[in-house]
Amino acid sequence: MKYICFGYLDVQQWATLSQSEQHDRFDACFTYDEGLKKDGHWVGGEGLQGPDTAVMVRYKEGKVSVTDGPYAETKELLGGLLILEARDLNHAIHLISNHPGLKMGPWEIRPAADLTPMIRESEQRRAALK
Amino acid sequence: MAATAPGGIPDLLDALFRSESRRILATLIRLLGDFDLAEDGMHDAFTAALESWPRDGVPRNPRAWLVSTGRFKAIDRLRRSARFKTPLEGLAEIPDEEAPGFMEGQEGIEDDRLRLIFTCCHPALSPEASAALTLREVCGLTTEAIARAFLTAPSTLAQRIVRAKSKIRDAGIPYEVPGREELPDRLDAVLKVVYLVFNEGYSASSGAALTRPDLSGEAVRLGRLLLELLPDPEVRGLLALMLLQESRRAARTSPAGDLVLLEDQDRSLWDRALMAEGKALAERALASRRVGPYTLQAAIAAVHAEAVQGSATDWTRIIGLYTLLLRIAPSPVVELNRAVAVAMRDGPRAGLDLIDALLGRRELAEYHLAHSARADLCRRLGRTGEAIDSYRQALGLARQEPERRFLERRLVELQK
Repeated sequence: MKYICFGYLDVQQWATLSQSEQHDRFDACFTYDEGLKKDGHWVGGEGLQGPDTAVMVRYKEGKVSVTDGPYAETKELLGGLLILEARDLNHAIHLISNHPGLKMGPWEIRPAADLTPMIRESEQRRAALK
Repeated sequence: MAATAPGGIPDLLDALFRSESRRILATLIRLLGDFDLAEDGMHDAFTAALESWPRDGVPRNPRAWLVSTGRFKAIDRLRRSARFKTPLEGLAEIPDEEAPGFMEGQEGIEDDRLRLIFTCCHPALSPEASAALTLREVCGLTTEAIARAFLTAPSTLAQRIVRAKSKIRDAGIPYEVPGREELPDRLDAVLKVVYLVFNEGYSASSGAALTRPDLSGEAVRLGRLLLELLPDPEVRGLLALMLLQESRRAARTSPAGDLVLLEDQDRSLWDRALMAEGKALAERALASRRVGPYTLQAAIAAVHAEAVQGSATDWTRIIGLYTLLLRIAPSPVVELNRAVAVAMRDGPRAGLDLIDALLGRRELAEYHLAHSARADLCRRLGRTGEAIDSYRQALGLARQEPERRFLERRLVELQK
């Protein structure tokens, strides 16, 4: 099963670390990620730039509007996301529990929704229209 | 090295995973002292086999190879994580490379599975936590499948499993089969968990049965494994009880999913093979020196199985067995069952007196089956008003859909 894992960064705590400490954290994270790839648990993942880089796109009163991001000024920022392949939820929890990134902030794990039946039904509806 | 066509190795490993992975895991947990590390090591070993067996051939003892490789891979993981100064909780020490009993024979491996069952069903854990942990670690079900079966959110069940594992680690629950003195109590806890798993599957509504794992089937498999590893009379009694109840499954619900009472069941739908096996096990358990509650319940189920029709049931024998059961394991529910059996032998009046006395003690005031049993006896005595009142009380307490429909039908019949 696939699990989408959202990694948060505790900004205040991060700011207290020296550069070499920050490097250690990064090295540990990337090493762990390499292990996830090697073991076939890594489906995908990206780091995120800061919330000040975000753009919101909305559909409003028949028009598309574009504004600056929501600027969630919280103690914890969404720093990146990771898609895991794991045997079950407890396995995903175990993989994240060992992730060195957990020392930099909490992670949220959400099971991916299997949309296959919905897609199949939609295909049938669309085929019937033809 | 045995010769195998290289293309056959993935299939061979699939088959090995199905038949051996639980045993290998149990041994790795003993060697490594950690559930999750053992699981990682085991999967690493299967991955390594997929790479090296096509090249080097299949080892003579594949299971021993997988255990030994799994252990090395797990130690590798510990070393890797230690290098980054992120000592993972509970994994602080690298296990001794010369762990005693590392490569034991068949017997040692079988003991590991028994150890795993006793650890998962330790009395320090709640029965619900034990059931979840046993199904995941011993039976190999996924968290999501167990959650579906218990009608629980996967996140809740996952936390239950995580906490149970931490408790095992923090409380230092030993990974061992308890000694002679402790064994009866510890075995009781195990049997309770197995029967809990069985009942979750047995009293589940039929509608959802399509997508959930067969919990009763898992419980029966667990019972068989346990009996193979620990031939104790009560283990035999529990397996007998589960098989006898399971044999009536098809007759317990109508095609529409409604509940069918034992006396109204179409006995041609009973599974004769399961029933015969259950009866034989019950007889053997009953003949032992130490007769326990599961054996007595199995003996009662076996008497029901003997009767070609409901009216041919030997109620005197059933009452005798319930009396014995009350003596060794007193419970108001057993008293209720005995009262119903008395009503079947001596008439509804005699049963009603017993049930009224029981309800008067308030212990079963919240138990819907006590009210529905009372309602049934009043109905048979022609005391319609009282019957309606009791059915209503039962309906107010019943939570299972088929049971509720059954009670509603009875109410409609009486109010005609």
